[in-house]
Amino acid sequence: MKKKMNRNKLYDHIQGYTFISPAIVLLAVFVYISIVVAIYMSFNEVNLFRWTFDFVGFNNYKRIFTEDRIFKAFSNTTKFVAVVAPMQTVLALILAAVLNSKIRAQKAFRIVYFLPTLTSSTALTMIFMFIFSISGPYNTIGKALGFVQEATNWLNEPKFALKIIMCMNIWSTVPYYMTIYLSALQDVPASLYEAAEVDGANAVLRFLNITVPHMKPITSFVFITGIIGTFQMFDQAYIFSNGSGGPQNSTLTVALMVYQYAFSLLNDMGLASAVAIVLSIVIIIASALANKLNKSEKLYS
Amino acid sequence: MKKERKWARPVLYAILIIYALVTLYPFLWAVSASFKTFREITGGGASIIPKQPTLANYINIFTGTAKFTRWFMNSVIIAVLGTLLNVILNSMGGYALAQIEFKGSKLFFGMLMATLTIPGQVLLIPNYLIIKAIGLMNSFSALIVPSAINVTYIFLMRQYFMSFSKQVEEAARIDGVSKAGCFFRIALPLSRSILATQATFIFLGFWNDFTKAMLYLKDINKFTLPVGIQATQSQTSGVTLWNETLTYSVISMVPILIMYIVLNKYFMQGLRMEGEK
Repeated sequence: MKKKMNRNKLYDHIQGYTFISPAIVLLAVFVYISIVVAIYMSFNEVNLFRWTFDFVGFNNYKRIFTEDRIFKAFSNTTKFVAVVAPMQTVLALILAAVLNSKIRAQKAFRIVYFLPTLTSSTALTMIFMFIFSISGPYNTIGKALGFVQEATNWLNEPKFALKIIMCMNIWSTVPYYMTIYLSALQDVPASLYEAAEVDGANAVLRFLNITVPHMKPITSFVFITGIIGTFQMFDQAYIFSNGSGGPQNSTLTVALMVYQYAFSLLNDMGLASAVAIVLSIVIIIASALANKLNKSEKLYS
Repeated sequence: MKKERKWARPVLYAILIIYALVTLYPFLWAVSASFKTFREITGGGASIIPKQPTLANYINIFTGTAKFTRWFMNSVIIAVLGTLLNVILNSMGGYALAQIEFKGSKLFFGMLMATLTIPGQVLLIPNYLIIKAIGLMNSFSALIVPSAINVTYIFLMRQYFMSFSKQVEEAARIDGVSKAGCFFRIALPLSRSILATQATFIFLGFWNDFTKAMLYLKDINKFTLPVGIQATQSQTSGVTLWNETLTYSVISMVPILIMYIVLNKYFMQGLRMEGEK
């Protein structure tokens, strides 16, 4: 009997390892070894064409703080995060709360709202690029309503390009977060709202005093997910500018710049790795701060 | 209070309808453009309804030099294989962590969860070098292999299998069925619904992926739809063939839309789990 138990245990071990090994092997190669490689490369000047690695110490990191183009990329990305992450969160919460207030045809609204989440960033960016192109509806409608004086290719306007990507990003991510809020709202007891209504609290007050505090953990999740995502924004900027970050570096995000240094003729993978590592550290700090902010607020309310 | 009721409802509906229009408008434009001629699209008209509706853009896809059908099939192959691998491997991983006692399982669990805190950006370059070194460049495997597992879903499967009744399993064990046997014959068939949820989201991820496909696929015949669409848009310097580009974009959404309608239940379930993580 005891022998059989032991043999069973041994089988358990073998089966456990077999079942978990694909995940462990893939993560070991594509995450753990990869991080080590990234750190190693960030201290080297890498020439991919000649396949040479020259140790340069902190040189790549120093360049991050001295080169204008890198500064521009970080400043674009920071702007992007500062606008998009809070907007996503607030809009998603408001829409979810409105949808949750015994609305008719709720399902139809939800199906429509969810469309952008299903669509690839390529298709979305194409559609938005067309809308703001010289022959696109933004010009036509703008001229009819008076907010556009002259038909312009807005994609080539440095002051406008990043804003288009911001709008597109908010527009395409809000529904996803809204749906997460909406399912969490089902857990807030309806009696709370009813009691508040009897006390004469209007819809706005009920939203601020009941919905917002109850959604705090979800808000924290949504906001941090948003921060992590927006800091790494790549697809839309790449497609929008065909990889150039133009016009005049206005859509150059950090992720796009990493791509350029690593994979284009710039051939500077060492610098690219250093930038990627700095970006990761920024993301980890920013999400930790956001988390802390959310927790400390909880203490007071 | 009565007063508030009167205007509150219309305001709520107004917000919802305006937002629905904001959401739908770009899609309607794209669909309408796909039935317009190039000249009408670039003519700057504001009409959503095409003046001279034409199927030419759709017909062109299947004729001439367009690689669209090729790209479409490539996307299907990658998404289907990638999804199948994920569903099996993620479930196996989750099951091992939840139901099998073995040495180091806690360590493995920690190793898995730690990867969730690492921003994907930092892995882009080393992953590229590894893919190149093991000779997977310009192959579908370059997209499928590194993404064959997903830690978030391993974690969700673990949570799911932990709540699994051990009674059925113990009964099977007494009959001499191994852990692996329990997994394939008992656990998997009982978790059809969560597997479908997992599959829908993973399929969506593969289908819409741009960055990896753009990095790893160099041969135009191996492109996936998102990369192909982008190439179509950018190849003609100066003039964008909006009729082609927008038609491609519209068709690329169709499989996902069908999935969304048919598997709506699983989409919703997945989003609920996302919030509870």
